[in-house]
Amino acid sequence: MVARDEQLAMLVQPDRVHRSVYADPVIFELEMERIFGRAWLILGHESQVAAAGDYFTTRMGREPVIVVRHEDGSVRVLVNRCAHRGATVCAEGRGRAERFVCPYHGWSYDRGGRLGAVPFESGYQRGKLSELGLKQVPRVALYRGFIFASLSSSGPGLEEFLGPARASFDDLVDRAPGGELEVTGGVFKHAYNGNWKFMLENHLDGAHPAWVHASSVAVARGAPEPGAPGKEHHFDIAVRQMRQNGAPDAVWDAIGVWTTPRGHGYLGDYHSDDRLVAGMGSPVFDEYRKKLVERCGQKEADRILRVTLWNTIIYPNCSFMSQFRQLRIIHPLAVDRSVVYTYSFRMKQAPPGMFRDTVAFANVVNGTASWVLTDDLEVYERLQRGLSSGAVDWVYIGRGHGGDVDEADGTRRGNTGTSEVFIRSQMRAWLDYMGADA
Amino acid sequence: MPGEIEQFLYLEARLLDTQRYEAWLDLYTEDAIYWVPLEHDQREPFETSSIIHDDRTLLDLRVRQARHPRAHARQPLARTVHQIGNISLEDEKKNELTIKSTLVLVEFRNERQRVWGALVEHRLRRLPQGLRIARKRVDLVNSESELDGVAILF
Repeated sequence: MVARDEQLAMLVQPDRVHRSVYADPVIFELEMERIFGRAWLILGHESQVAAAGDYFTTRMGREPVIVVRHEDGSVRVLVNRCAHRGATVCAEGRGRAERFVCPYHGWSYDRGGRLGAVPFESGYQRGKLSELGLKQVPRVALYRGFIFASLSSSGPGLEEFLGPARASFDDLVDRAPGGELEVTGGVFKHAYNGNWKFMLENHLDGAHPAWVHASSVAVARGAPEPGAPGKEHHFDIAVRQMRQNGAPDAVWDAIGVWTTPRGHGYLGDYHSDDRLVAGMGSPVFDEYRKKLVERCGQKEADRILRVTLWNTIIYPNCSFMSQFRQLRIIHPLAVDRSVVYTYSFRMKQAPPGMFRDTVAFANVVNGTASWVLTDDLEVYERLQRGLSSGAVDWVYIGRGHGGDVDEADGTRRGNTGTSEVFIRSQMRAWLDYMGADA
Repeated sequence: MPGEIEQFLYLEARLLDTQRYEAWLDLYTEDAIYWVPLEHDQREPFETSSIIHDDRTLLDLRVRQARHPRAHARQPLARTVHQIGNISLEDEKKNELTIKSTLVLVEFRNERQRVWGALVEHRLRRLPQGLRIARKRVDLVNSESELDGVAILF
């Protein structure tokens, strides 16, 4: 189909979305240009580029980029593509570099992307080389240590873009005593044959765990009781979380789901301070709580631990869990192929047991071979197969439609915690970005 | 004829390839650890994530999940062939043997076939009932790559 603007507008209706939004390669190309080419995208965390020259490679949409710490202290984002014949100048991965040298003809670039030495320099036209360099991504900004960039030179600033969803990053950082976080402990990279939007539409969906995760809920209920005194086990946190997915419908309906005009969203009171999976009866959590009080005082520690945000979505490329310090970045590869990188954060001043909990949680819930994630991935692939069929046009996203509540801070709340308000909000944002002059 | 150790490793592979997971689990000691590291040369499983890091309790849950009627990624189970080679005895202490081998595994499910390669280390313990696995470490050659969901046992 030809994706003209008026046709795009017809694809997204108040309680339904046309299947081509998930299955049409032409629309996917337009998404890469208009959504991933315009929005702020999260790329990582400043701890990944702590010292001058530290770099890592990643993608912005499908553009290969290098995130590097410049000697002036700023974080730069460079398109990983030689100005000469187009090879990626930096192998994928991370490291520390004085300069980036293209493997093809040895063109070398400094940490700001400026072209330095060029072998056989006299063969090029005088003055021509000074115009060339690695392309700098036009906008880079940090929020509480998280690195964002935009391929577009115009648009709202980062704080405006994040809006009320800033609270989730605040929660993640504030929970760390002294506010110090670092990315460590390995990166899961899981791929699936499905559209990138499926992940964002799944992480705030309180109606799915009872079905998608039925098998892990069932086996976790049969597991030895976690945390019995003297029998604490480093997997306890994960068994608790798997069980929590089997919470009664009424609990899911009560937790609350909020969205913002730019498609971000978060789940609310799933783990109140008393029911916090990480905290229940855990001596490590008690020790951590003491450390937090030590650093910021009782009153502030109480405030921080009373924040009960669960999954947060930053549209279009991020999902994270502030309480468990897990952050996922989604990279769309094709209309029906996506890959997700899952990072764990260590609170540098917290007792070591807290990070061990994060690792155990990651393995069991978010890992590529885990009990929980594998069933989500299976469902994403089934969605893609179903939506590839032209026999039926529409995807129904009407749970709670008509009951959405606009709140004072600009957020919109679902009438229940299992409302599909977050998908409707993501689709509204989708349409805003996809407009020709957004 | 293959020797006792080879026979034992072939038995383990055969139980996995015929989906007799409960019998496979019986080959493991009560204190067993089954480990598929995430990173190349990973030294420890507590401060770095693993693709799988299971004690007997979690290994038992893994097998039970595979049998659950709503284990969407596991029903139907993948069909596999575990091809074991380059078996060598690395160390022998008291009742424990350290065996190294290579694994080539073919997996088929949902009209898709995948091939895995791994360096494997078994720590086998001699018990009155025969050899048992006290520790198995499987280092996949592509553990750090972008992987589709993994719902098989290596």
